[in-house]
Amino acid sequence: MLIASLLVASFVIFAAMYLAPGNPIAALTGGRSIPPDSIRILEARYHLNEPFLVQYWYWLRNVLHGNLGISITLRENVSTLIASRIWTTAGLVLYASIIILLIGIGLGVVSGLRTGPFDTSTLVVTAVSAAIPAFVAAIFLILLFAVKLGWFPALGNGTSFLDNVRHFTLPAFALAVSSLAIVARVTRASVREESNREHVQTAVSRGIPTRQVIRRHILRNAAIPVTTISGITVASLIALAAVVEVAFSLNGLGAFLVGSAQSKDLAVVQGISLVLVTAFVVVNVLVDVLYAVLDPRVSLGSRAE
Amino acid sequence: MSAAVATIAEETPRRRSAWSLLKATGPAGIAAAVVILLATLVAIFGPLLAPYDPTLSDLSLSWVAPTGGHLLGFDGQGRDLLSRLLVGARTSILGPLAVVVLCMLAGTIIAVTAAWRRGAVDAALSSGIDIMFAFPGILLAVLAASVFGAGLLAAAVALAIAYTPYVARVLRGAALKERSQQYVAALEVQGASGASICMRHLVPNMFPLIVAQSTILFGYAMVDLAAISFLGLGVQPPNPDWGVMISENQSGIVQGYPLSALLPGLCIVLVVVAFNVLGERLFEQAQKARQ
Repeated sequence: MLIASLLVASFVIFAAMYLAPGNPIAALTGGRSIPPDSIRILEARYHLNEPFLVQYWYWLRNVLHGNLGISITLRENVSTLIASRIWTTAGLVLYASIIILLIGIGLGVVSGLRTGPFDTSTLVVTAVSAAIPAFVAAIFLILLFAVKLGWFPALGNGTSFLDNVRHFTLPAFALAVSSLAIVARVTRASVREESNREHVQTAVSRGIPTRQVIRRHILRNAAIPVTTISGITVASLIALAAVVEVAFSLNGLGAFLVGSAQSKDLAVVQGISLVLVTAFVVVNVLVDVLYAVLDPRVSLGSRAE
Repeated sequence: MSAAVATIAEETPRRRSAWSLLKATGPAGIAAAVVILLATLVAIFGPLLAPYDPTLSDLSLSWVAPTGGHLLGFDGQGRDLLSRLLVGARTSILGPLAVVVLCMLAGTIIAVTAAWRRGAVDAALSSGIDIMFAFPGILLAVLAASVFGAGLLAAAVALAIAYTPYVARVLRGAALKERSQQYVAALEVQGASGASICMRHLVPNMFPLIVAQSTILFGYAMVDLAAISFLGLGVQPPNPDWGVMISENQSGIVQGYPLSALLPGLCIVLVVVAFNVLGERLFEQAQKARQ
């Protein structure tokens, strides 16, 4: 499934660029007119006269060797350009994932175990924050924490590791807000559902310590839907990071992808799309593996719904 | 015998009107529906309601605070903010509507075909759905923009393609369950064609689930499309769109004029909350009705 997904994705990405209007020779020469002999050499070197599938094969072989082509606007290897930006995006996604898992699952478990004012306010707050898009969260956070309070910088990457963490805090929260709310709601619902199960009531009535009941009977069973929703949301951050990178002027893959899409730098668009799709598929596979670990009834390859 | 078959066929599950579906969602659901109705009215009549030309810019009025004739003041390029919000509702709401209609159509056709034919057709369609999950919506939209150029249409079609597997997966389960009902077998015995059973009975009986799914997806589509316009790959300035307005006026946040970026943000959040709340309630109703 992993290989099939990646093959189809790479095929779609290649085909999209193949169908894109514009002459590849003009893109290679930057629009200058060159002698017919040179055109023939370029055509031979880039296999431009071969059939579509042969071209795809050549391209795929290059990709597997780490050769993603050359950016026509920056005149540099796409793989070099990606390598210098990938850690910004990876750091941002990782930071946001940690926020989502810690706060989202934490809130969900606490409000799921006990009804009351905390539970009610969690429900209302998460209903609203689930609807806040990352770029709207970005402007709210910049206004409050960068402009009014001055706690965090509004824009840019930062220089040292600690400075990076400071610069990435607002972007990571902007990226996390809506997913955090969704994870919290799903966690709350499944913890509540498990707490009302008969075997849990039995365990409580037999005098088993509450702490042990929560850990062994409620949380363990609630973990499966929570894993599903966490996996989906964390994977979705990979593409969503682009929006946050643009909003906070971070020098990451997503912002670079958007800029390259605007300037029609197709080799870069291809390269970054491939990297992001691969990351997306790999995270989904990791979630499937996690299911099999958490729930012995699930065999690999069949996703629990 | 034929009489017995006929009675089973008549006992198809009771269908519910749109109004009874809505009433069952309770006060929160109805309040959400009112917000959605208002937003729809603004999307339709916005250009008539707008007091000024939303693209008429006067740089000497840039970031000017609300005054008598201009209830919300001016944006960074000296354009009337209220007029831009009212006119911008159109693309902000019609765009997601197009996405939802497209992906629901495609998703329903795939789901019902898979459930009806079962066997090899179902297996092929299902693994196709699984493979299509590899593309996050925003990424596909960026890809579409770089091939076809930035614009609302390319972005909407790309999002619809990315959402289709989600729709198809949810509806396939429901369609399989519906197909195993007795009335379907009865209709088949009576000689009704597969297409007619699907169109006249199967799909109408899945209606509550389809409505719930569309409502929830509308919220997602609105967020994603606004994000694409915010990135500069969707609706193009100077056309007003809530996503475009946020990116145009983001500099005002740091300069001390946050209103022009905050208000379109609030509009998006309000409409999306309404769709989420209503969608969640409708989904609960649809689940309850199935049991």
